[in-house]
Amino acid sequence: MMHIIDRRLNPKGKSLSNRQRFIDRAKTQIKKAVNEAITNRKISNTDGGERIKIPSDGLYEPRFAGDSEKGIHDRVMPGNKDFMPGDKIKRPPSGGPGQRGRDAGEDGEGEDGFQFTLTRDEFLDIFFENMALPDFIKKSIKEEVTHEYTRAGYKRQGSPSNLDLKLTMRNSLARRLCLRRPRNEEITELEDKITALRRQKKHTIKEQNKIIALLEELEVKKRRRKMVPYIDPLDVRYTSFTEIEKPNTHAVMFCLMDVSGSMGETHKELAKRFFMLLHLFLIRQYTKVDVIFIRHTHLASEVDEETFFHSRETGGTIVSTALEEMQKIIKDRYPPEDWNIYAAQASDGDNLNSDNAHCQHLLTQNILPMCQYFAYVEVWDSHEAEMFPGDGNATRLWQAYEELKQSHQNFALKKVTRPEDIFPVLHDLFAKNKKSEVA
Amino acid sequence: MTTSKTRKKPASSHKKISPPIFEGAEWDYEKVDHCFQAIQKIAMEEMGLNVYPTQIEIITSEQMLDAYSSVGMPLMYNHWSFGKSFLRDESNYRKGFSGLAYEIVINSNPCICYIMEENSMTMQTLVMAHAAFGHNHFFKNNHLFKQWTDANAILDYLQFAKNYIAKCEERYGQKEVEKILDSAHALRDQGVDKFTRRQTLDVAALRKRELERNEYEQSQYSELWRTLPETASKDDEEIDLIEKALVQKLGLPESNLLYFLEKHSPVLENWQREILRIVRSMAQYFYPQRQTKMMNEGCACFVHYHIMNRLFDTGQITEGAMLEFIDFHSRVIAQPDFDNQYYAGINPYALGFAMMKDIERICENPTEEDREWFPDFAGNNQAIETLKEAWENFRDESFILQYLSPHLMREFRLFNLNDDKSRPFYLVNAIHNKQGYTAIRSALAAQYSVASLDLDIQVTNVDLHGNRAMTLTHNVTNGVTLDEKQVSLVIPHIQRLWGYDVSVKSVGPDIGETNFA
Repeated sequence: MMHIIDRRLNPKGKSLSNRQRFIDRAKTQIKKAVNEAITNRKISNTDGGERIKIPSDGLYEPRFAGDSEKGIHDRVMPGNKDFMPGDKIKRPPSGGPGQRGRDAGEDGEGEDGFQFTLTRDEFLDIFFENMALPDFIKKSIKEEVTHEYTRAGYKRQGSPSNLDLKLTMRNSLARRLCLRRPRNEEITELEDKITALRRQKKHTIKEQNKIIALLEELEVKKRRRKMVPYIDPLDVRYTSFTEIEKPNTHAVMFCLMDVSGSMGETHKELAKRFFMLLHLFLIRQYTKVDVIFIRHTHLASEVDEETFFHSRETGGTIVSTALEEMQKIIKDRYPPEDWNIYAAQASDGDNLNSDNAHCQHLLTQNILPMCQYFAYVEVWDSHEAEMFPGDGNATRLWQAYEELKQSHQNFALKKVTRPEDIFPVLHDLFAKNKKSEVA
Repeated sequence: MTTSKTRKKPASSHKKISPPIFEGAEWDYEKVDHCFQAIQKIAMEEMGLNVYPTQIEIITSEQMLDAYSSVGMPLMYNHWSFGKSFLRDESNYRKGFSGLAYEIVINSNPCICYIMEENSMTMQTLVMAHAAFGHNHFFKNNHLFKQWTDANAILDYLQFAKNYIAKCEERYGQKEVEKILDSAHALRDQGVDKFTRRQTLDVAALRKRELERNEYEQSQYSELWRTLPETASKDDEEIDLIEKALVQKLGLPESNLLYFLEKHSPVLENWQREILRIVRSMAQYFYPQRQTKMMNEGCACFVHYHIMNRLFDTGQITEGAMLEFIDFHSRVIAQPDFDNQYYAGINPYALGFAMMKDIERICENPTEEDREWFPDFAGNNQAIETLKEAWENFRDESFILQYLSPHLMREFRLFNLNDDKSRPFYLVNAIHNKQGYTAIRSALAAQYSVASLDLDIQVTNVDLHGNRAMTLTHNVTNGVTLDEKQVSLVIPHIQRLWGYDVSVKSVGPDIGETNFA
């Protein structure tokens, strides 16, 4: 006796819930590993999961075990070549072949590193825990709204295509039971009885009376059936849908970077990481994120990612050129009515002195009103930071921007000196309790 | 690969060559069904196996990984450790470090066999013979399984366990349930009954027995016999009695720690006790498997080998399929030598299969030596019957003690290596020669014994008059003491379940007493 059952179409991921429990449990270790992993990524390469390795403390499952380094272990092994009884074999220094049986590897210290792959969502969930987009009131920006239908209970009127058969029939059944609508079988039974009686040639009076009684009963039942319909308009239910508004979920992110000679590799590396994290973060919030790279010296131009990070340029430094370029691109391709605009600027703070006022002006007048958020990150390498500690030594550009911060909520600036600072900085910029801080 | 005697004899006796059931590697339901019928015919009619009805379930590799992580069971309660093993298995599989099993078979009624969709038709045939008949017969007939597991109830029980734990999580929170499960898992190995639990006599029966004994004593009493004066003072005696009664009541010493905690822990809530019970029941369910691994695999390998050969003899499978089978089979039952880099202990498939084939040989074609060693069945020409009896009544340890032949010891070139960690050398105790056979046989059997598989740890004392501290005693065998690091990690778990101090001591002839806090 046998059954074959095809289980291949059963829902997958039976162990998904266990997986989540495991990740919950290992959260701190995973978080650390994720932070390390992120530094080795390309900005737009955010598809696919990430292989991470975590130490297994807290994930260890202890059990009573014998100490394999003590006592007498009497073993039988196969494949004797030339041993004779009484032979003494020198013990190899530490666990040579043959000595390590099952006792060792199974659950000893072999598990110190535990490697597995997180899915992209798990990865980002962990990474951006406790972060959210700032909730600024959009003044002049008209949001593009799309509409979507969702289920919203049942209603009594509707189009036939939305008829909910199950509920309708349930109501109908309940009503029929309550009002005692005669069933088909009852009627046929009565009719059968009548025909059976009628078929007899002779009827006694008693039988005749019975026929009359039955006929009456049948009449009543039939009337009752007419009065109590099978389906009454009262029973009918339609599934109801309501329209809900879905906010626009496109975003464009501008990466602005100073690539003049004063920006060394370390500066750029820091900037790159910042941009990358910001990009990852935005991708979580919006269905579609465009990334625009603008680099500038004393001239600004839009470039691709590769050139943005890796090619060298020489020249002076005029920050406003980049802002102008950004403004132009917004005007051409990203009307603020339709797009959520984010900008991140990285610079070492060098700027042509006369340009700072111009930057300030550009930002207040044109750019900031159009942007959801503008973050300025000043990258210093660690030597510089050591040489000029404290906030007193701010660059001119910083000073200029600092003034903006007072008057604009959607503007933020931070200083970054080491790679480890980047994540906290980003975290500060987008921390969930940010709102209360500002208010 | 030698052709076996059994396979040739029936083949020549009734030469019925039928067309092959399948050709090529592709499988479909019809072929699987036909094959199953053919296998069943051989297994039931020729071998007379006694099996549960079979339910074959086709699964994908991903589902196989799922099954792995829930210890091979079709249903399992949720716990992070299963997620951990899933991730590890998945990672190993994706990287190609380890392949997946071709089948998983569950000791249930009906017997569920998972087979993978990517297996070739030959593999499906082999897997059905191996699992649906080999393992299935073993599960249904071996005395350990009969005694300790209930194949009819296991699936329902798993469903119950899963629901119960989910409900507890809803009511008491996932974290609380997880804590209890963590602690219970740490004691899983100490959560099995190794002996049938003593039945508690009911009070009426106890009283009756006492009365009878008193009467008897009175009838036999003679003043003359009272020669010694009573020395012990009454008070001591009373305290002793109370202590004894308590110990009796708690059933100490108790080797099933989870049972003890479930029944007597002063701090656990009822739902927590039930969780301990679930973990304990699962451990108990797997206990016979650990003790019969080698025999179980040997039985399954013997059955599949026999069936595949018979299918080939009767022309029901092609030469190609037979070659594919032999290639696979010889890889499964390969036994690397001790100095081989792939050596990882004795391969249970290899030893199991070899012993079964060896018994068959002794039954049908014994040498003088065999007749001397196995007078009971040498030359009885009833190989299958003899094997079935062995499968029914033995476990790995006793099976080796009873059936390991000198012939096989020579074939495996077994030797006994004594590894006393206090000496700078290994000592070769015995080899496969006349003086060594019995020594090797008992040493190998000991390797499969409960004492060497499981540590002997018991609850020996609970200070009920004082601070309620619990004492666990580990009886040291062969001087193997407890791994201190593990002990320090496990103790907090026991404390959580017991609620009061717990200490562990190792007791042994050579080491005296070691205490772990």
